[in-house]
Amino acid sequence: MSGKESGYLDMELLRFTTAGSVDDGKSTLIGRLLYDSKAIFEDQMEAIERASERSGHEDVNLALLTDGLRSEREQGITIDVAYRYFATPKRKFIIADTPGHIQYTRNMVTGASTANVALILVDARHGVLEQTLRHAFIASLLQIPHVIFCINKMDLVEYSQERYEQIKADIDAVSSKLSVKDIRFVPISALNGDNVVDRSEPMSWYDGPTLMYLLENIHISSDINHEDFRFPVQYVIRPQSAEWPDYRGYAGRVSSGDIKLGDEVTVLPSGFASKVKSIDMMNESMEVGFAPQSVSITLEDDIDISRGDMIVKTNNGRAPQNSQDIELMICWFNERALVPRGKYVIRHTSSDARCMITEVKYKMNINTLEKNEEDKSVGMNDIARVKLRSTKPLFFDSYNRNRFTGSVILVDEGTNETVAAGMII
Amino acid sequence: MDKYRINHLKELEAESIFVIREVAAQFENPVMLFSGGKDSIVMFHLARKAFWPAKVPFPLMHIDTGHNFPEAIEYRDRTMEETGTKCIVALVQDSINEGRVVEEKGVNASRNKLQTTTLLDAIESRKFDAAMGGGRRDEEKARAKERFFSHRDEFGQWDPKNQRPELWNIFNGRKNMGEHFRVFPISNWTEMDVWQYIYMEQIDLPSLYFTHKREVFNRDGVWLAKLPFMQLKDTEEVKELDVRCRTIGDVTCTGLTLSTANSLEDIIHEVASTRTTERGGRADDKRSESAMEDRKREGYF
Repeated sequence: MSGKESGYLDMELLRFTTAGSVDDGKSTLIGRLLYDSKAIFEDQMEAIERASERSGHEDVNLALLTDGLRSEREQGITIDVAYRYFATPKRKFIIADTPGHIQYTRNMVTGASTANVALILVDARHGVLEQTLRHAFIASLLQIPHVIFCINKMDLVEYSQERYEQIKADIDAVSSKLSVKDIRFVPISALNGDNVVDRSEPMSWYDGPTLMYLLENIHISSDINHEDFRFPVQYVIRPQSAEWPDYRGYAGRVSSGDIKLGDEVTVLPSGFASKVKSIDMMNESMEVGFAPQSVSITLEDDIDISRGDMIVKTNNGRAPQNSQDIELMICWFNERALVPRGKYVIRHTSSDARCMITEVKYKMNINTLEKNEEDKSVGMNDIARVKLRSTKPLFFDSYNRNRFTGSVILVDEGTNETVAAGMII
Repeated sequence: MDKYRINHLKELEAESIFVIREVAAQFENPVMLFSGGKDSIVMFHLARKAFWPAKVPFPLMHIDTGHNFPEAIEYRDRTMEETGTKCIVALVQDSINEGRVVEEKGVNASRNKLQTTTLLDAIESRKFDAAMGGGRRDEEKARAKERFFSHRDEFGQWDPKNQRPELWNIFNGRKNMGEHFRVFPISNWTEMDVWQYIYMEQIDLPSLYFTHKREVFNRDGVWLAKLPFMQLKDTEEVKELDVRCRTIGDVTCTGLTLSTANSLEDIIHEVASTRTTERGGRADDKRSESAMEDRKREGYF
């Protein structure tokens, strides 16, 4: 195939999250990105026009594009994470569009968990608000590698460079308290399209990249940990057929690092060692497997391995930590508050155990970034630092090093609901 | 580290295979829904990759309205035979005969909605605890809020306000007796991704997706196929035109696209330049603003 489509086959995938409230122009910005990249279709546009008329909007309300559920349209708010898709010849984008209000912190956390980039909108008229801090804190807590602050509505402050520099300085002062690796700023007007896809004429003083240029070019292949090979076994493939009588493949997704044929590996928790015999993906036999591929690995020796075990390189340098006592930051998701010394199911990679929360160290005020060591009751949308003890040892890395082997969820044993997400310190 | 980089299709593939393997590991009796449409064909292809060289460790199930394109049925039977896969066929006609549902009347009668009962009955009677479907979030706005692992209560209903948060790649498939999950392994794929992947992997498709001459008629701006069970109004005129399917579903609500695309390259060009969504041709979504949300709440795919 020639031309455009062959280029399309070579796109990179970038996931980003947006958080914001109804009036900071988030929907307008998303609408513009989708519209300018031709991801909004005519029939969707017609449906939005019909719905806008019905709900009494004079202009076409692009928020209706993302507010998919009836209750959201009725109340004019976004309740849940909505996923949106668009592509340019360089990249395919997945947007996790999350509501920005404090009562939806859990949805912001969910959207942030897989993102490469966070877009945080700041209204140029109002500057840094509580909500800006909250979004920046969540981006930092969930270790989103890149954060782009879009200083929006520049048209309403006469495209003032001074105003932009002031907001930028305010954010810089705050972000020194956070751990975000890469912070960018773009002055935009989502409504008029300034610096979104095309450069802004009224802001000729700005010589940095447009938002679209950043999204298309920001370097994301180093977002994955390429150093520590971690392979949680998800499923054991045993055909036991005439053609494949002895095939025993360990199926899973490489969480981080890479593995080559002949590499020496150790299986946790048993500690058995072996060598990699093959790395398979259907009829493709590969020399090397790396994150984030899903593969099936066979080993030279016949050892007992099952779901929940982890395969690591023997001479990797850094082995995973191994403990029953874990300290972590959690975000509580459930209406039923955390029960001190309560028992929950803990899921870490493909492994399940039971655990008890042994201590709540402090609760985070995510609007002021202050620690609260007095009130330790943890309810829905709260973020807290806790200690827990699991019934069996977990093999983990700190979340800062590895988003996949450093994360857990807690599940209520009675209702089976996911009640919390945890980032291991 | 750019040498260890994969393109967007390989990354989507890796994610979907992870989800499918997770279903096989977490559930006792899963099933994969198969319609003969391109999305379920891609999903089945991913399942074969996920468990190679073993066979896919769960059966497929086709909810058959009886109102099919013969080419889709031929494709289904041939594929199952070639891959040695078991495919359960649950007939909407049986639900009608048993009095579980009542056939819609009139020229716009469709069995699309009736499928929900047949599907829920089949899940209950065969005690499936997870049913994988080829739904994609870009198809429709209610789908945009769907999880990979979507929890259903004992009535098979979806409660969009009470969905489980889904973080990183940890999927919680724990449930109580009588409940089940719908799982959507290709949630993050767009129509374009599906076509590019079919091209990349050279996956065989039913001939319906490519241009062919067919007797069609126009109803409310949508071209429908003239097949024996279709009722025509007096004013509707049958023409023979060059058409192809953009989606394949129940004949009564599958709109055909006027097209001369006869290769995957042509189709990708066509999709890239099209200005309406594929569901724009689906009469079932035009019924109301929240038609899809309502059907999903009741237990639709």
